[in-house]
Amino acid sequence: MLREPLGVLGISLVLLVVLGAVFADFLASADPSKISPRNRFSSPGFEHLAGTDQLGRDLFSRVLHGGQIALAVALGSTAVSLLIGMVLGLIAGYGPRWLDNLLILVFDAMKSFPTVMLALALVTLFGPSLTAVVVVVILVNVPGYARIIRTQTIALKSAEYVTAAQSMGASTARVLRVHILPNVIGPLLILASMDIPVVIAIEAGMSFLGLGVRPPTPSWGAILNDGFANIRESYWIVVAGGIPIILTTLGFTFLGETLRDVFDPRLKGR
Amino acid sequence: MGDCPILAYALKRLVLAIVIISVAMTLLFAMIYLIPGDPAKVALGPRATPEMVESLRVRMGLDQPIWVQFWRFYSGVWRGDLGIEVLSGRPVLTVVLEQLPYTLALIAGAISWSVALGIPLGCIAAIKRGGWVDRVVGIVSVAVIAVPSFVIAIYALLIFAVSLRWLPAIGAGEPGDLGDQLLHLILPSLAVGLGWVGYIARMVRASMLEVLEASHIRTARAFGLPENQITYSYALRIAILPTVTLLGVGVGQMLSSAVFAEIVFARPGIGKLVYDSILTRNYPLVTGSVLVTTAFFVFVNVIADLVIGALDPRVRSGFG
Repeated sequence: MLREPLGVLGISLVLLVVLGAVFADFLASADPSKISPRNRFSSPGFEHLAGTDQLGRDLFSRVLHGGQIALAVALGSTAVSLLIGMVLGLIAGYGPRWLDNLLILVFDAMKSFPTVMLALALVTLFGPSLTAVVVVVILVNVPGYARIIRTQTIALKSAEYVTAAQSMGASTARVLRVHILPNVIGPLLILASMDIPVVIAIEAGMSFLGLGVRPPTPSWGAILNDGFANIRESYWIVVAGGIPIILTTLGFTFLGETLRDVFDPRLKGR
Repeated sequence: MGDCPILAYALKRLVLAIVIISVAMTLLFAMIYLIPGDPAKVALGPRATPEMVESLRVRMGLDQPIWVQFWRFYSGVWRGDLGIEVLSGRPVLTVVLEQLPYTLALIAGAISWSVALGIPLGCIAAIKRGGWVDRVVGIVSVAVIAVPSFVIAIYALLIFAVSLRWLPAIGAGEPGDLGDQLLHLILPSLAVGLGWVGYIARMVRASMLEVLEASHIRTARAFGLPENQITYSYALRIAILPTVTLLGVGVGQMLSSAVFAEIVFARPGIGKLVYDSILTRNYPLVTGSVLVTTAFFVFVNVIADLVIGALDPRVRSGFG
């Protein structure tokens, strides 16, 4: 996969973002939330690499620390959605027919809400918070994962080695765990890696609307919102908020596409 | 399947759509019910007297038991009654329908330019398979799909409206002045449609490659028909089908992008309506507009499925 130029670019971008987030405290000495009225709207320069925002906060530091939030939300909520999707998919695929039909209906209904409308409705209910972002991500992702697992499970259910295991008295739990799960998890992980940019976009988008991460926590979406509010005063706040979102989504997408083409060409064109 | 398969298929899709909308309604009702605090109190603000709150509660039907409220909400929606907006006292449906055309215009603009650009791009990429045009189209498609539309919207605002001052930044244009309205449509529909150029190009390329291998195309070649005629009038016609389904699902995603575009460009529309009504805690307006958009989305999906079913008999039998 290192022979694919796009894959190399993807890995480099992802590494750049991950390292930036992990070593944020080390790379940016300024406190991301420290307000400094004398330094409002400083343009990018030696002292503030990416400039400062309307409260005089160092944007470079905010961007790096925002990366921690973005990656934590993306990885955490994707992991949870994978787990829930896997369980529901196995139940739908392996369980009785009526339960399967019911779950399919629920998945279809969940997918029939436009994402932003779902997010707005949920925030009305819970109020803006990181939890609301995670819940939105889970509701958006679970139906897709569950459907993939369900289809694969149904296909495998009547495979000879599975019936053989059953006839030798293997319990349902054992059949699912030992014989079915290992076969369905590969494509699922590839799909999940391709969904990471979407999750990052949801977090940034909700924070941009002021419905996600609460201030003064640095988030790329929140920086973008600060920049949008002051777009006529300074261009660099918007640039500082948008560039990391663009680089991260591009990086993970290139990486995911390459992974898919290398390991599972069947998924192409999804 | 009965005597008329397409009708049975249509009926099945329609029933599913109604079930989905009912589930959505139940969820929305549960949501209103669960919102902390008394909606009447919230609507009137902190200075309202208990009598005022009580009278609004009666007017909103909040004094009734939950199942009566649920029934009222449910039967009301099917009659087109989405309740009364809190601030001005106008029917929610009227307010929502006032804003809907702006959003539809935005989506229509985004669809038209992304289709007009995406189909030829995908087509050329498929014909020149493996060439540099194909590679460039491939990479650019992935890139524009990946980058969130609201980032594109803000950067478009920064570059074309704030820095270069080529295009207007705010609003939907003077009512009645079509040229002005189109001018105001350019940047938002650019932001909403850009990712779709990528989606459509990829989809058309993939299905075009598949179709070009099909036996009827080989036959046409064997008969010595001109290559251009084979590509454009035989292959493309079929290769376009998946794009229709894609656009059906796409309208829902475009609604999401439209919300951002409307907020960034301060453009009236259903997205801005929901956003503003959340900020002002105008809950009936929130649920009403979410319900209308969801119904619209489900409906568009059904239509896209039916169009595909009518064009391609394999789909019908696959579902029957």
